[in-house]
Amino acid sequence: MELKIPSRSINESFARSVAASFCLQLDPTIAELAEIKTAVSEAVTNCIVHAYDTPDGEIYIKAEITADNTLIIKVRDRGRGIDNIKQAMEPLFTTGGEERAGLGFAVMESFMDKVKVTSKPNKGTTVTLYKKFVRATNEKP
Amino acid sequence: MLNTDYRDNVLTVFLSGEIDQHTGQTLRREIDSCTEALRPHLLCLDFSNVKFMDSSGIGLIMGRFRQMSLLGGRLKITNLPDNIKRIVMLSGVQTLGVLV
Ligand SMILES: Nc1ncnc2c1ncn2[C@@H]1O[C@H](COP(=O)(O)OP(=O)(O)OP(=O)(O)O)[C@@H](O)[C@H]1O
Ligand SMILES: [Mg+2]
Repeated sequence: MELKIPSRSINESFARSVAASFCLQLDPTIAELAEIKTAVSEAVTNCIVHAYDTPDGEIYIKAEITADNTLIIKVRDRGRGIDNIKQAMEPLFTTGGEERAGLGFAVMESFMDKVKVTSKPNKGTTVTLYKKFVRATNEKP
Repeated sequence: MLNTDYRDNVLTVFLSGEIDQHTGQTLRREIDSCTEALRPHLLCLDFSNVKFMDSSGIGLIMGRFRQMSLLGGRLKITNLPDNIKRIVMLSGVQTLGVLV
């Protein structure tokens, strides 16, 4: 699944709903669905709030499911990039001022199995979210 | 439009739906204009009908905590649904003593 959306805050809800719908084929629990929605919301919101100065930046979302039932969601922007990824990922670190908690990455890491971040200053940032689904379809719930 | 109740110096705001960066901006403006006008002793945010919240909602809570301190009042958070409790606990805002 691939999606390109403009960096407007109105699209946050659309983006997380699409991601949630896509992963329905993995037969997720209500809790897993909520985790995916929240993690995607964090990644997309970061592109909107931090990557671009204007609302016409582009956000690329790509989702796939591997043969071993791992959901992989990539959220990519072509914005300002992150200088120090380690520092950015520390809980409570924010460049967003008083109204931001600095918890987006902490939430992604807590709600998904793995979070990978790559970034180049002035080229953009890619956040990749991984979640493995262990329930095979032939297992009883 | 905010769904509110104001009595005995307590302003209760009944939040609903999805709280993210987009809806959070509007909520912040509306709540702040209410608290600035009414100067309640206590601002109570009721989460009963909130279906989704990401870290923007944590920022909203922390910001209102600060705003209420500036106005000489307090903040309380009530009726957190289970799915939202998780992100609230992760954030540590409960250490501010705002959870009821
Ligand atoms: N796509 C991005 N482009 C540029 N900078 C980013 C991007 N994503 C994150 N950052 C940087 O990393 C910091 C931490 O991000 P994180 O999501 O953890 O917190 P936040 O967005 O500041 O606050 P919150 O998510 O709690 O509202 C941001 O303040 C910003 O400086
Ligand atoms: Mg963030």
